[in-house]
Amino acid sequence: MFNESNYIDSVNNAMTFIVAISTILLVGITITMLYFVYKYNAKRHKKAVNIEGNMTLEVVWTIIPIMLVGGMFWYGYLGYNTLVTPVDNATKIKVIGQMWRWHFEYENGVKADTLYLPAAQPIQFEVSALDVSHSFYIPHFRFKQDALPNRNRILWFQTDEKGTWDIACAEYCGLNHWNMYTKVHVVDKPEFDKWLAKQAAGTK
Amino acid sequence: MSSTTSDVNVSYLDYKGKHSGLLGWITSVDHKRIAILYLVSMLVFFSVGVTFGFLMRLELIAPGKTIMEPQTYNAIFTLHGLIMIFLFIIPGLPAVFGNFFLPIMVGAPDVAFPRLNLFSWYLFIIGGLLAIASIFMPGGAPDTGWTFYIPYSIRTTTNVIPALFGAVLLGFSSILTGINFVVTVHRLRAKGMTFWKMPLFVWSTYATAWIQVLVTPIIGITLLMVIVERTLGVGMFDPALGGDPVLFQHLFWIYSHPAVYIMIIPAMGVISEVIPVFAQRTIFGYKFVAGSSIAIAFLGSLVWAHHMFTAGMSNTAMIIFSALTFMVSIPSAIKVFNWVATLYKGSIRTEPPLLFALGFIFLFAIGGFTGLIPGALSVNLNIHDTSFIVGHFHYVMFGGTGFGIFAAMHYWWPKMFGRMYNRTAAKTGFWVLFTGFNLLYFPMFIMGWLGMPRRYYDYLPEFHIYHLISTVGSWILITGLTILFTNLIHALRKGEKVTERNYWNGETLEWITPTPPYVFNFDKEPVVEAGPYEYKRNDVLEPALEEEKA
Repeated sequence: MFNESNYIDSVNNAMTFIVAISTILLVGITITMLYFVYKYNAKRHKKAVNIEGNMTLEVVWTIIPIMLVGGMFWYGYLGYNTLVTPVDNATKIKVIGQMWRWHFEYENGVKADTLYLPAAQPIQFEVSALDVSHSFYIPHFRFKQDALPNRNRILWFQTDEKGTWDIACAEYCGLNHWNMYTKVHVVDKPEFDKWLAKQAAGTK
Repeated sequence: MSSTTSDVNVSYLDYKGKHSGLLGWITSVDHKRIAILYLVSMLVFFSVGVTFGFLMRLELIAPGKTIMEPQTYNAIFTLHGLIMIFLFIIPGLPAVFGNFFLPIMVGAPDVAFPRLNLFSWYLFIIGGLLAIASIFMPGGAPDTGWTFYIPYSIRTTTNVIPALFGAVLLGFSSILTGINFVVTVHRLRAKGMTFWKMPLFVWSTYATAWIQVLVTPIIGITLLMVIVERTLGVGMFDPALGGDPVLFQHLFWIYSHPAVYIMIIPAMGVISEVIPVFAQRTIFGYKFVAGSSIAIAFLGSLVWAHHMFTAGMSNTAMIIFSALTFMVSIPSAIKVFNWVATLYKGSIRTEPPLLFALGFIFLFAIGGFTGLIPGALSVNLNIHDTSFIVGHFHYVMFGGTGFGIFAAMHYWWPKMFGRMYNRTAAKTGFWVLFTGFNLLYFPMFIMGWLGMPRRYYDYLPEFHIYHLISTVGSWILITGLTILFTNLIHALRKGEKVTERNYWNGETLEWITPTPPYVFNFDKEPVVEAGPYEYKRNDVLEPALEEEKA
């Protein structure tokens, strides 16, 4: 039904699917309710009719919602699954949260406080923290992963889109939680390699 | 002996016991007086909570510092959460209206353990005052958020311990009230009041009482463990001491998610009372509405880890908790459909309580649908811990439970106090509140989806417009609240006097008691023959009367 080619689209699609169904149901419920309140107002409808229930209706409005939420569950699961399915040859990056900044460590030992990613390449994030809990959140990438002091959480991600976006902390971590912002830059693979080499040289 | 009997055949408000004045109230074991004690204290706490909410919104009206420092802001959102959850939403319906009406609705003279009931109120007050006192103690107000997440709550130097201990006492108050209600329902029902004849408010309060009894001890123990960890350095949750913070999150949410249902199920009960009465017909699908409360109570105890999808669990756990989260929406949906169907072919009076009930259905539906969205795993990873979630739970807790509390107030006020409020003012207040509510909370969905994290003192310029609308909404909302409460309080002294027993033409037992109810509620022992909403006597009587005329 949807093009699940990348994670960002899959989240957007699942969101659209759930919001669409919810909106239809909400509008339906609200209009029915207001129509009944108008039509059966005591001024127009003096004598109420006692209807104690209807088994068929109860079954119908139990089964249909179960099927709808089943679909919602499935779309949510599909997108999530791409994040936790291991990919070979991924660029490995350690993401470390500390009150109140982010550290990124690359395989060749390069350390940075802004995140550089190669476009169209699989990336493996290993997320942890030094002090209290944080959460590694890139709104544009539609995911976050809590950074905990005693856990290494691993996610796989890939995007073709180049650009610069915000990284925020999403788990409350004290005084400057609101200001734990940094940037992610997604650049072409050659440009990324050049940046990494330059950083490595700078470290020496 | 006969003189004693006649003494208690007076309104509970006029009763002259051993003590008079304030002492006559704070030593009374009458469930109705205790309910009023809870009502007054709850509303005082509520006004403190609203003030904190107002200040937070004011700070967020524009980027940069507006009126306070980050540390103050962090303390204020912590206390706003603690006060609203533990001192307003949780006790709002069970402790106030459950206390007042549960015994009456099952035909009992009081709850099963009246003294324990008064003791619960004292625990509630001491716990509440302790939480508020933490603001003024040296060290400063707690700044952990109401969730007390470890390791931060171990590291911060603020007054976490008084707040934690306050929450433990409030938990015990909640457990004791729960036990009282369960025993009352099992042991004190009037003759003929079988389980399937109980009013739906009783069903919902009964289901809630079981959750209170079963899960509240877990939070009590967990918070005590945090106190031990902070004071003695025993490592249970803090990784620096060899503990596990995720364990704390599990234990916290094993209580705090069912607590969401402790908050919402009684409100559903109120709506199930109000709709049949103002449609003047029986409820549609009584057994489904009653049974779905039990289903929610049961399923709601199995979904706690959906608060922790970003913390990381095994994939199996993620999938199971996501699927169960979707399942718990089903009994809520069943309730909504049955309420709407109850309006069908009714004879509807759009009195203030019904307006609040309809407002509840609309806002709770939005709260429910926006709860499905974070139930989906991938979407959850985007919107968890953003203002989307803040919007969602305010729609459920305030649009749902809050409007349920206001519906209950407007429905039962004439019975409780023998005075009627001004209907036009109540309806005006409703519409102002409803408008302000949506302006305040709806923008949170949009900015949350766009990446506005929650618990942020400041924000990026692109979110300004949403924050501005939200803050203006908060002013309209507070105006609405002011109209409503001024009207209700004004009615206590100046409102039109009500002496008739059945003000709204309801069929449940509180409407056969004198107005206001006598000390032991009934002037003659109630005997129950019909179900709670069987407007059948109209069906039987009216044709008979018409025949007589003919």
